[in-house]
Parts: sequence; structure tokens; C-alpha cells
Amino acid sequence: MKAKMDRRLGRWALRPQSIPFVLLLPAILVIVFVVLFPLIFSLYTSFTPYRLTRPESLWTFIGLRNYRRIFTDLDFWIAFGRTILFLAVVINLEFLFGLLIALLINRITWGQRVLRTVMMFPMMFSPILVGFQFKFIFNDNIGVLNNALQSLGLTDQAIAWLVDGWLAMGSIAFAEIWMSTSVFAILLLAGLFAMPREPIEAARVDGCNNWQVFRHITLPFIMPFAFIAMTIRSLDVARAYDIVDVMTGGGPAGRTELLWTLIARTGYDNARMGQANAMAYVSIILSIAFTYYFFTRLVAARRYMGGAA
Amino acid sequence: MPKRLNAVVSWVLTFLVMVIIGLPGLWVILSGFRPNREILAKPAVWVPERLSLDNFAAIFGLGDTQVAIPVANYFANSLVIAVTSTVIAIAIGMSGGYAFARFRFRFKNGVFLGLMLSRTVPGIALSLPVFMVWSRIGLIDTQFGLILVYVALNIPFTIWLIDGFFRQIPKELSEAGQVDGCTRWQAFWRIEFPLARSGIASAAIFAFLTSWNEYALASNLTRSTDSKTLPVGLMDFTAQFTIDWAGMCAMAVIIIVPALALTFLVQKHLIAGLTFGGVKG
Repeated sequence: MKAKMDRRLGRWALRPQSIPFVLLLPAILVIVFVVLFPLIFSLYTSFTPYRLTRPESLWTFIGLRNYRRIFTDLDFWIAFGRTILFLAVVINLEFLFGLLIALLINRITWGQRVLRTVMMFPMMFSPILVGFQFKFIFNDNIGVLNNALQSLGLTDQAIAWLVDGWLAMGSIAFAEIWMSTSVFAILLLAGLFAMPREPIEAARVDGCNNWQVFRHITLPFIMPFAFIAMTIRSLDVARAYDIVDVMTGGGPAGRTELLWTLIARTGYDNARMGQANAMAYVSIILSIAFTYYFFTRLVAARRYMGGAA
Repeated sequence: MPKRLNAVVSWVLTFLVMVIIGLPGLWVILSGFRPNREILAKPAVWVPERLSLDNFAAIFGLGDTQVAIPVANYFANSLVIAVTSTVIAIAIGMSGGYAFARFRFRFKNGVFLGLMLSRTVPGIALSLPVFMVWSRIGLIDTQFGLILVYVALNIPFTIWLIDGFFRQIPKELSEAGQVDGCTRWQAFWRIEFPLARSGIASAAIFAFLTSWNEYALASNLTRSTDSKTLPVGLMDFTAQFTIDWAGMCAMAVIIIVPALALTFLVQKHLIAGLTFGGVKG
């Protein structure tokens, strides 16, 4: 019986139309085992009061109570709102700075390659290192920033960059922007390099000024590249977790708490796995929504270009 | 004359941008070679009096001052985990990327979308269920447990990149090879693989860096010197009452160096890979 099954399986695997599935099988198996299966399990636990300290609580079904609790919890909504605000500010600034840097480097005729290589460094940095680096620089006592301000005589006291709520959030945003602007700059620069000269020359002949050329020819052409950068970026929005975890740990008094640090605190520090999983699902949906949004914008921008890009 | 001024302004701005990008990292690297008391000095010491490798010796337990953090173990763990997971992810990604580039099959878009969506799951959100499952089947705090997670993390992007690189190679080359008597398997290894090799190498570098740099999952799935990686180990320093900044900077240098070295290697393919995969879709 088993031999027969094996033979049938063997014959299936050798059929031409099953080759792609055989080739894809390892990838699918790993993803199912490491991502899909645990996520189904965690969906289940989000309907239980599961705590790591009380294993038997895994089998109590409480319906939507975890979701009801987080949706009526002010701390959750504050962290959620702060996360959305943080992402909106950070991604827009990254796009803006990236565009400026790309335009700047595009105008320079000498040393472009070196500049591009330097720009690539932040992309390769571990988020945890970026966080540490700015924790070191923004440290109120020994940080180079305060030392420089004091040596220059701009201030005589230590500015508490990572202790004051708003300053801390700003410092974290700075670290995040430092890390990700180059993704935008590099892709937009690639877009500028790929741009044909003729439309710009034609527009100039027709009497367009610099701004009009930029607004109506250059910008639409490089937008697909910006959306690639945003799609790549949105795949990894949650790495801000690493930065916050090193720099402030969500403090002071929860004033830099993002959705992701709140999940870690609820799940690991407070051992409320069920509730943390409910929040984790909210964060997953948020990530998928971001990626989906930028991806549809990318497809739309590409269609607007008539597939020319 | 305004043209000249324009050029000067662009150069000054570019210089400023490069300083902001380069200086923070250089400062950390420099501090890795300075003694802790110079870093802590008030008022600040701007010109280092003496640069030495003492901090590196200390964190590896070689110097006079012992540091209680087993950085050598973490380094070994990081290396084993990153290399193994990269090799496996590339093998799986090559076979998957080839399937997407060369075959038409049912559910093709669905499978592709599913793989890509698996990458959007935030590390911390994924760590909770993986933590629960791994602790049930005994994979917590093992190198294998982390390798498995990193393979899954790297597969989508690897497939995406490798799919793009295989598509650049005309199908006719492999078909010509098969007409001349190669099997499809031989045609792949003798014709298509050598042509896509540089692309596959850059996919491998990306996979390596993802595993080497990952923190959110590693910090929750590892416990001890058995499997802790360098990024997790870096946080060990902050658990102490007085932060050993010099030691942390030295450790940061150890994490940065492979990343910088690989950046030089990968830069040529990076942009090609990203724009190609994204724009041509």
C-alpha cells in the first residue's frame, strides 16, 4: 500500500505540470511551519486568557474579550495613534529628504559613485546598532551632541534628549529617518538616471521653467521608484521596535511607547500572551494595510507611466 | 556667475548630507578604540590621547580587565546562524525563484502574494506565536530554532530577487542548450546559473545581513550563550548598573564591520536588483 502511494507520488512529482510545485515545496513548507502555523495558533490564543505563568488557561475560550479589552484601553489607543503619527511623519520626511538628496547628487557630475556608496551605509546597519549609536550620541551626560553644544557654548546644561517625552520621540524619529532616507535617495537616484532626456528638452523648447519641468515631467517619472522604496520600507516598518527598545525602552513613563513595544511588554514582561496576540493581530493588519496601500500606488503609478518605467 | 554659485551650494549641501550620514557611525567606531574614562570625561575630550585595541581584548576576555559578557560565544552563534540560514534560504530561494521565473502554473500569483505577505508580519508580532510553539517543541534557545526562523524570514525577498535575475536571462539560451543535448537540469547549472550568479550572490548578502542584524525575534527566542547573537548580546551591557560605553562601542564595531565590507561587495547589484524587481514586476 505504502509502496503504491510512493510510486503514485513519484509519478506526480515527475509530471511536467507539477515541476513548479515541487520546486516551490520547500519554500512553502518553511513558511507554513514558521509563519502560518504559529499565526493560526496565536489567532486561537487571542481568544483565550492565556498567560505564560498559567498554562492551563490556554484551554479557556473567552471569545472576543481580549479584543474588547484592548479596544477600550486608552493606553493601547495612545500607542496606536502614536505609531500611526510616527510612521506618517517619518515616511514623509524620508521621502522628502531622499528626493532632495537624489536631486542634489544627480546634479553633481564628479564623485557620484563614492557618494552613492556612502549613502548605502545606513541601509546595512542593524536597527539595533542605529538605536545604540543614537543612544550614545543623544546621551544627556556623555553624548557627543550635548558635549558639542556645551563646548560651543550654546548651552551650559545637559539637554535630556532621551528623557523628555517629546524630545525622546524626536530623537527616535531622527534615528529612524537617518536609517531609512537612503533607501529613498538611492531608488530615486536610480529613477533620475533612467530618465530619458527628450521629454525634458521638448518641454524646455515649449517654454517650461525649471519648476514646471520638475513638477510635470521629472516627478511623475520617478514616482514609481518612490513607491518601490515605500513598499520595501513598509515591509519593515516594525523595525522601529528595535530602535525604541534600545534608546528608551518605551519610556519615560510610556511616552515613547509604540504599538510594537506595547506588544512586547504585554506578552513577555506581563506574560499576558492572549492579550498580546490580540494586539499583534492589529499590528499585522496595520503592516499589511501599509504594504497593500503602497503597492497599489506603485501599480497605479506604473500604469500612469504606460509601463515605460 | 549664478551657475558657479549654484554648484558651490550643491557641493556644500552634499558635504553636509554626507557628514550627517557618515559621522554617527564613525564616532561609534572611534569610541570603540578609546578608553572608557576618556568617553566619560567631563569636560569632553575631543582629541583622543591614545587609541588602542584594549576594549576589543576586554570584551573577548583577553585583556587585564575582564568583561562578564561572553562576546566570543555570541560572535560564534551569530556567524553560525547567519551563514547556515543564508545557505539554506538561497537554496530554497533559487528553486522557488526559478519556478516563478520559468513556469506558468495555477495559483502562481496567489502563492507569490502569500509568500510576500508572510514577510510583512512584524518581527515582534511573529515572535509571540513562534515563542509559544518553539517552547512546546523544545526549539527555544537553540541555534536551529533561530536558523529556521531566519530561513523563513529570508525566503520571500530571496525569491523576489532571484526571480528577477532569472527573468533577465533569455529563455532561449536554456532551450538552445537542451536542443544540443543537455537535460533541463544540466542546462540550468551550465547556462542559467552562471549567468545569474552575481545576482544570487547579492541575494545571499542581503539574506546574511538580515540574519546578522535581526533583533526583535532573536531577543525573545534566545536565552543563554547557547544561541544568543551579537545584537541581543549588545543589550547585555545595558543591564548592568554602569553602562560600559567603550565595551558597547567595541562590540558595535564588530557588528558593523561585516555590514560595511559586504556593502562594498553588493552595491553594484543592489540598485539593479531592487529597481528591476520592483519596476518590471
